[in-house]
Amino acid sequence: MEKIDEELLQQIADLHQVPTGSYNIRKNGKSIGSASTKEIEIVPKTNKSGIDIIVKPNVKNKSVHIPVIVTEAGFKDLVYNDFYIGDGADVFIVAGCGIHNDSTKASGHDGIHTFHIGKNSKVKYIEKHLGLGKNMGGKILNPTTNIIMEDGSEFEMETIQLGGVTSSNRLTNAKLKKDAKLIIKEKILTTDNQTATTKFKVVLVKDGASVNVISRSVAKDNSKQKFVSKIVGDANCFGHVECDGIILNNARIVSIPEIDAKNVNASLVHEAAIGKIAGEEITKLMTLGLTQTEAEDLIIKGYLN
Amino acid sequence: MIKLKDVSYYVLDEKTNAQKEILKDINIEFKKNKITVITGHNGSGKSTLMKLLMGISKPTSGEIYYNGTNITDLSVTARANLGITMAFQQPVRFKGLTVKNLLDVASAKTTNLNDVCEYLSTVGLCAKEYINRELDGTLSGGELKRIELAMALAKGGEVFLFDEPEAGIDLWSFEELIKIFKKLKNKTIIIVSHQNKILEIADYVLLLNNIGYKMGKKDEILGKIENSKCARLSEV
Ligand SMILES: Nc1ncnc2c1ncn2[C@@H]1O[C@H](COP(=O)(O)OP(=O)(O)OP(=O)(O)O)[C@@H](O)[C@H]1O
Ligand SMILES: [Mg+2]
Repeated sequence: MEKIDEELLQQIADLHQVPTGSYNIRKNGKSIGSASTKEIEIVPKTNKSGIDIIVKPNVKNKSVHIPVIVTEAGFKDLVYNDFYIGDGADVFIVAGCGIHNDSTKASGHDGIHTFHIGKNSKVKYIEKHLGLGKNMGGKILNPTTNIIMEDGSEFEMETIQLGGVTSSNRLTNAKLKKDAKLIIKEKILTTDNQTATTKFKVVLVKDGASVNVISRSVAKDNSKQKFVSKIVGDANCFGHVECDGIILNNARIVSIPEIDAKNVNASLVHEAAIGKIAGEEITKLMTLGLTQTEAEDLIIKGYLN
Repeated sequence: MIKLKDVSYYVLDEKTNAQKEILKDINIEFKKNKITVITGHNGSGKSTLMKLLMGISKPTSGEIYYNGTNITDLSVTARANLGITMAFQQPVRFKGLTVKNLLDVASAKTTNLNDVCEYLSTVGLCAKEYINRELDGTLSGGELKRIELAMALAKGGEVFLFDEPEAGIDLWSFEELIKIFKKLKNKTIIIVSHQNKILEIADYVLLLNNIGYKMGKKDEILGKIENSKCARLSEV
């Protein structure tokens, strides 16, 4: 593995060495290392690019790492990964994509992930995105996540866009059955002329289903972000969306919430707040000796942590 | 140590569009290594004066000198680095920053548990319980106030500005608070307070009211208040 590969893997998946358990590392469209275990099987797809990740029922406290890196200038990767989580399983999944591009050509990765979450199973899923490299060459990431949650299942998804991504367009669709519980935490940082769009559609179809979407974003310079969420409550269910944004310089954040209660017992809440950093926070840090820029950077770091 | 020369501070009243005098023609000196307590009724301009000293607000006219140097145009950061340290009347809350993060910034180093323990135990808090707490709305008013003090102590400096440090701190801890001020022996201390117990430790007292100000040795100023018991503060 080259040095830049290691750096990307470390940043997106906290990998310092080959992970224990099941894993698949994809580089420039090809698997460069893969391992299955009897609990979590990784099967390459034959009809299209991608893998099936099959977690056997009742497998507990296991993890699977499937990071993707793109280092070839101008390479456009498209991958379909399907996750089948067995009933009663409890697993930790680390995905994410890092692009390194020093050229002027655009590199990109579109990852289409579909989760079938079995009854009473529990999944924690982390997906980090990062772009590295100078020059104008685009680092484009368009992840799509489809989540189908069976009765009593829990899914916690954390997506983090660490910076350097020229443009991203994320799409998250979820359907929740009885007592299913979905938590989505999203953190996005954009700078320069970057753009990021994130769209959620969550449908709560059975009683006891609940979703909580927490989005924190920071837009600097001339960057633009758009947050669109739609929560449909079609049962005795609960939905909460919170979108907090900090804007600096000439940046812009647009938040478009939609909550649709189709059932009289649905309880849906949306909160959104966008604004610049509170002046008194900067002032306080300046009284401790930081410059204004240092103060802003620290506040942003804390906010996205 | 710190000298104010003809300092005035006016704000524009948004309703009447007229200038409103908050502080007018102040000429005073805060003496080196002495404790000065600023007192006066609500809205008399005490916090405003502290903000002028820290550089958070700029005087409408007049100059401020620090050890003979004109610092009127110095930024907050520059004054902090010169050695001016302030604990706010209303502590600022931070979404996402922990007590440790802020103590790191204040002390300009990466603190370890021992350091944090030292700063927090001085203000009567148990380090372990607070070190990783976010400095947000989940902390009580008194806790925030104590952490605000701890940050000032962790930063250190030559001139300490404490704006109503006793506000929200329970009576039982009052003696501890006084000890903190007494410990800062070779420092210049300026405290805004309404409390007798704090006035007692003052070397100098600055009395602000809506018609002017009076500064002098504690006995001079406090004697006057006592002699004119029935007089209102504003008439002293
Ligand atoms: N930007 C402003 N616009 C209008 N009025 C202001 C502004 N800043 C301060 N003031 C007024 O100046 C006066 C002094 O305020 P300051 O906060 O200094 O009072 P204080 O003496 O610290 O009062 P307290 O004892 O309540 O803390 C108040 O009447 C306040 O309303
Ligand atoms: Mg005040």
